[in-house]
Amino acid sequence: MNRSRIFWGIAAPVSAIAVSLLLASGILLLQGASPVGTFQLLFSYGFQPRNIVSELNQASAYYLAGIAAAIGFKMLLFNIGIDGQYRLAVFFAAVVGGAVSLPPVLHVLLIIVVAATVGGAWAAISGFLRVKYGVSEVISSIMLNFIAAGLVSYMLNPNRLGFQAEGSQNVSTPAIPESGWLPTIEVAGGRLYLFIFFAALVGVGYWILITKTVFGFNLRATGISFRAALSSGVNAPRMVLLTMVLSGATAGLVGVGTLLSDTHNYSLAFPSGYALTGLALALLGRNHPVGIAFAAFFWAFLERSAGILDLNGIPTEIVTMMQGTIVISIVVAYELIRRLNLRQQQAAVGSHQEESKEDDK
Amino acid sequence: MKTQGWKRFLSSPGKIAVAIAGVFFVVALVERFTGATDITSSGASGATLRFAIPILLAGLGGLWSERAGVINIGLEGMMIVGTWMGAWFGFLYGPWTGVLFAAIGGALTGLLHAILTVKIGIDQAVSGLAINLLAVGATRYLSGIYFVANGGDISVSPLVQQPGTFSVPGVSEFLGAIEEHDTFFVSSVAGVLGGLVTNVSWMTLLALLCVPLTWWILWKTEFGLRVRFSGENPVAAESLGVNVYRVRYIAISISGMLAALGGAYLSLVASAVYREGQTGGRGFIGLATVIFGNWRPGGVFSGSLLFGFTDALRVRQAESVHAVLAVVAIVALLFAIYLLAVRRRKGAVVSGVIGLLAGIVFLQVEVIPDEFVTFFPNLVTLLVLVFMARRLRPPAMAGAKYRKGEEISE
Amino acid sequence: MSSVIEVAGLEKRYPGVVANHDVNLRVTKGTIHAVIGENGAGKSTLMKALYGMVKPDKGTIAVEGVIQSFRGPQDAIAAGIGMVHQHFMLADNATVLENVILGSEPKKFGIAIDFELARSRFTEIVDQYGLAIDPDALVGELSVGGRQRVEIAKVLFRGANILILDEPTAVLVPQEVDELFGNLKYLTERGLTILFISHKLQEVLEVSSFITVMRQGTTVASLNPLDTTAKELAELMVGRQLPQARPTESHVGSKRVLDIHGASYRPGGGREALKNISLSLNVGEILGIAGVEGNGQTELVEMILGIIKPDEGSFTVLGKDGLKSTTRAIRDSGVGYIPQDRSRDALLLPEPLWANRILGHQATPPMAKGIWVNKGQAQIDSERIVREYDVRTPSIKVAAAALSGGNQQKFIVGREMAKNPELLVAAQPTRGVDVGAQSIIWDQLLLAKEAGAGVLLVSADLDELFALSDRIAVIFSGEIVAQFSPSETTPELLGLAMTGAKTS
Repeated sequence: MNRSRIFWGIAAPVSAIAVSLLLASGILLLQGASPVGTFQLLFSYGFQPRNIVSELNQASAYYLAGIAAAIGFKMLLFNIGIDGQYRLAVFFAAVVGGAVSLPPVLHVLLIIVVAATVGGAWAAISGFLRVKYGVSEVISSIMLNFIAAGLVSYMLNPNRLGFQAEGSQNVSTPAIPESGWLPTIEVAGGRLYLFIFFAALVGVGYWILITKTVFGFNLRATGISFRAALSSGVNAPRMVLLTMVLSGATAGLVGVGTLLSDTHNYSLAFPSGYALTGLALALLGRNHPVGIAFAAFFWAFLERSAGILDLNGIPTEIVTMMQGTIVISIVVAYELIRRLNLRQQQAAVGSHQEESKEDDK
Repeated sequence: MKTQGWKRFLSSPGKIAVAIAGVFFVVALVERFTGATDITSSGASGATLRFAIPILLAGLGGLWSERAGVINIGLEGMMIVGTWMGAWFGFLYGPWTGVLFAAIGGALTGLLHAILTVKIGIDQAVSGLAINLLAVGATRYLSGIYFVANGGDISVSPLVQQPGTFSVPGVSEFLGAIEEHDTFFVSSVAGVLGGLVTNVSWMTLLALLCVPLTWWILWKTEFGLRVRFSGENPVAAESLGVNVYRVRYIAISISGMLAALGGAYLSLVASAVYREGQTGGRGFIGLATVIFGNWRPGGVFSGSLLFGFTDALRVRQAESVHAVLAVVAIVALLFAIYLLAVRRRKGAVVSGVIGLLAGIVFLQVEVIPDEFVTFFPNLVTLLVLVFMARRLRPPAMAGAKYRKGEEISE
Repeated sequence: MSSVIEVAGLEKRYPGVVANHDVNLRVTKGTIHAVIGENGAGKSTLMKALYGMVKPDKGTIAVEGVIQSFRGPQDAIAAGIGMVHQHFMLADNATVLENVILGSEPKKFGIAIDFELARSRFTEIVDQYGLAIDPDALVGELSVGGRQRVEIAKVLFRGANILILDEPTAVLVPQEVDELFGNLKYLTERGLTILFISHKLQEVLEVSSFITVMRQGTTVASLNPLDTTAKELAELMVGRQLPQARPTESHVGSKRVLDIHGASYRPGGGREALKNISLSLNVGEILGIAGVEGNGQTELVEMILGIIKPDEGSFTVLGKDGLKSTTRAIRDSGVGYIPQDRSRDALLLPEPLWANRILGHQATPPMAKGIWVNKGQAQIDSERIVREYDVRTPSIKVAAAALSGGNQQKFIVGREMAKNPELLVAAQPTRGVDVGAQSIIWDQLLLAKEAGAGVLLVSADLDELFALSDRIAVIFSGEIVAQFSPSETTPELLGLAMTGAKTS
């Protein structure tokens, strides 16, 4: 990794964030609020130790969504289905986890495995439809998201797989016994999920898979040039399917941290909207595990610290809009840089050719 | 361009009429037997039309964009912009002003998508997604500022006045009377037709006019020809002096405008408020209609009716939903027999299986649970896309990146 | 003798490349004027400048004595210049009439198209200039010659009296070439001027009144065809003596590497792309498959590589049943593949050269170590290929897209040879490649044969087929219609066979 590559690698996200900060400042000014003051508020609140811990917890979920999206992106697949995969996965993981009793480590592992399997299987449907019928995975996964949400609603009913405590209005899955809990670390006044280390492992695994293995090479090749991959012996349809499964399995893990260390059951209070976030993070982080990690933390930081805005009369949606503009700015920045880079390379080749022509004479 | 068996069948008007009459007959029969009279009531058909229009407008929006060569996943976001603008300006100045501002907002959002994808050249799906994200955030933000002070709250606008409706004089009452009469088959037909001419919003008419208008512009005018070429072979168009960038800017702005009009319809006609999440994925169903309609306005219209019908089912009586299964079962089985007769064995098997499955579910289950009805349109969309896979003719260069060419020649 | 076009001192640069410099051209009215040069000589850039698609950095272009400054194709069209592109600029999904009128649509009421007027003008032109095309046919349904006529109609519809044709005969069979030249002569008799680019020297000598030679971005000579020969033209194009393919003795061995029996293939249940093909190839020989593109060569090659499966018939590749083998198995067993369309099928353009070394070989050592990719080995071997095959690039870390076509192809050949394949499938291996690279690639193919490989050479280049093949089979409409030994036939007979005419 030479220096100019690192420079360009960072220049784009930094400039994108700067642009969106500018835009947000503009909007704040229009509203009569002080940009500097607002950002100060955000910073001081967001960086309080206890908040950092909760941001890290949330970031671990976002991180997995980002990795899931990145796996798809490497093959030019848009896995918008992360929402549905995550929901079904965490639901079934909670149900299974609450229904059995195993020794502690095994119990936790079972929950993780169920989540990954369900997520992968649901994503496989999109992959299959794409391979066999050419149905765009964008549309099919969006439809499947709605179907998944409906299915989970249906099953989360006291008459079926749900559970309703006496006198409570909330329906959730039966509670997971303590053997299925993942402990937390008490730090800086907050409780950090141990799951974050697992998420980091997933990221590392992703990177090794993509850059160092033959499978990863095939995956990237198929994303770059379908036909070249075919000619080189890659079983492209199988690749599409496998990629969707891997992406879906990772998406399935998104809710597991909360499940294992916080709520110990699934209910409709679980957040949604991971698909857009995951895709945005993969874009921001340029499909790189470290980039996505930073992006995930940044995202969680923005969301958490937005809470303080409300108390000061500033609509929290300013943060949502910042997120949207960041996504646009970053993609624009990357495109412009890519073109600049290619021109540089072409110039280098050109001047090299000029030199060698001189040598020829 | 080989016309397959059933496509040829469908393209002959006489045969289509017979088919429709046949389906009606089956529906009327089922209604008799199950007592679910709501399927062909004027309420149902009116609801179908009302649910179809937003999808139609979104679909036409998708059509304009893809015909020009750019895939527009941001349709949902543009619809959201339309719902908000329509409701807010409708509240301030009256419904038609709301419609106007919705159109403007949609066109501007479309232009943004155009600049990002055409001029700067970022990936079309990413741009669409980002626009969806922005639209959600911006509307929430603006709702917080404007609605709260005016009797709404952050996710609901204050009540809005609706545009006027009309009923075709004479015809409407006549059909209503026949429907009341409850005669087999005739009343069903009267019911369906009645719903289409009674209490129809002027905006519905406006939306329906967009279909022939789109057809005329795209196939009969200079601009339309250039739009189509921008999607089929932009390099060719450029070589003949067509400014492909400019054509795409306009087409995608129109795309956004139409989607936003669909959104405005939701907040002004289908209901009288803006509600967060109102669009409910209809922008994406609109995209599916484009594929279903084989990128032709007439096809988009048929698709929107189909999806509108499934959407409408959600709010009609539960027995209707159940009864529809019976209709599907019978029609599918009859169709299977027809396909066997014309020797299309594979199609016959598929149709037969669908018929059997529908029939079994119908017989086994009394009431379809609400949650299933919620995602029924999405499921139908998926199935339709799967079965349509073979026969599609998308614009050749839709989705491909086009850069005005300074290329180095070989 | 009036000059209808006069170009003086034209210059055009792109980042890293000087496409045109000091280009001078004088075209006489009512003649057919050919511009020749090898790939990369700058002919296309000159034509694009004449047509207004590219703005020159220096120099002047004068049409009928008036100096022009084109801001775009519309200005060139207005000046009477019409370009018939090599890669047809047509929309398959639209009708002939729509394709022809785009950009110059006759209108009524200001925005609607006046189809009656368009149709009558179209018929007028088609009749006047002897082109036979149906205005309501979908372009996607026309033959190659038909599409070319649509392109010609396009420019005539706009009142062009100077036509520029870019490699017009590249995709035509000899029969259609004669038709085209007949049409062009007809047009010049009516006062039109034709300017065309070609690298097919025989045709150029046959049909043109003047020939301008370009080399490395500039014009080097302007001649009368009666005063020169193909050999002289070729040497002017290249700037040095032409390489000759070395004559070799027979190296045919007894091991059969490819054996095809009665293979037929009907994509999508439609027309037959391959009809009852039977071929065999042993080690130590080069079998040339001669044919104009689009006659089944692509399907044949893809079948051998396992990318598509035939509907009937059987074949073995290196002794293994081809019907049951996956592409990967075939490549791993020692089959080298140089695809016809290198940028789509043989390269990952945005990836560095060393990553492209891995492509096609990623499942086995030395490029792979178990499940891991062996980056180090890939880089070492890439350096070797760059050295041995004279690939012009500043480093192996450069993206493949940055290299010229000839250098890309040299790298691909080097990559495929690295495994000492027993069967090498080379499809149009020197298409779009400069003469220097071509001679290196020809040498390598012959070396491969001598080292004991069987080479399947699919080509539309008669020179190439004659220089390299031990046997030649002609493919037409998916069938093998003739088999020759190069010593038993001439290029003319071969060309004729390629059109499907029966030869005894």
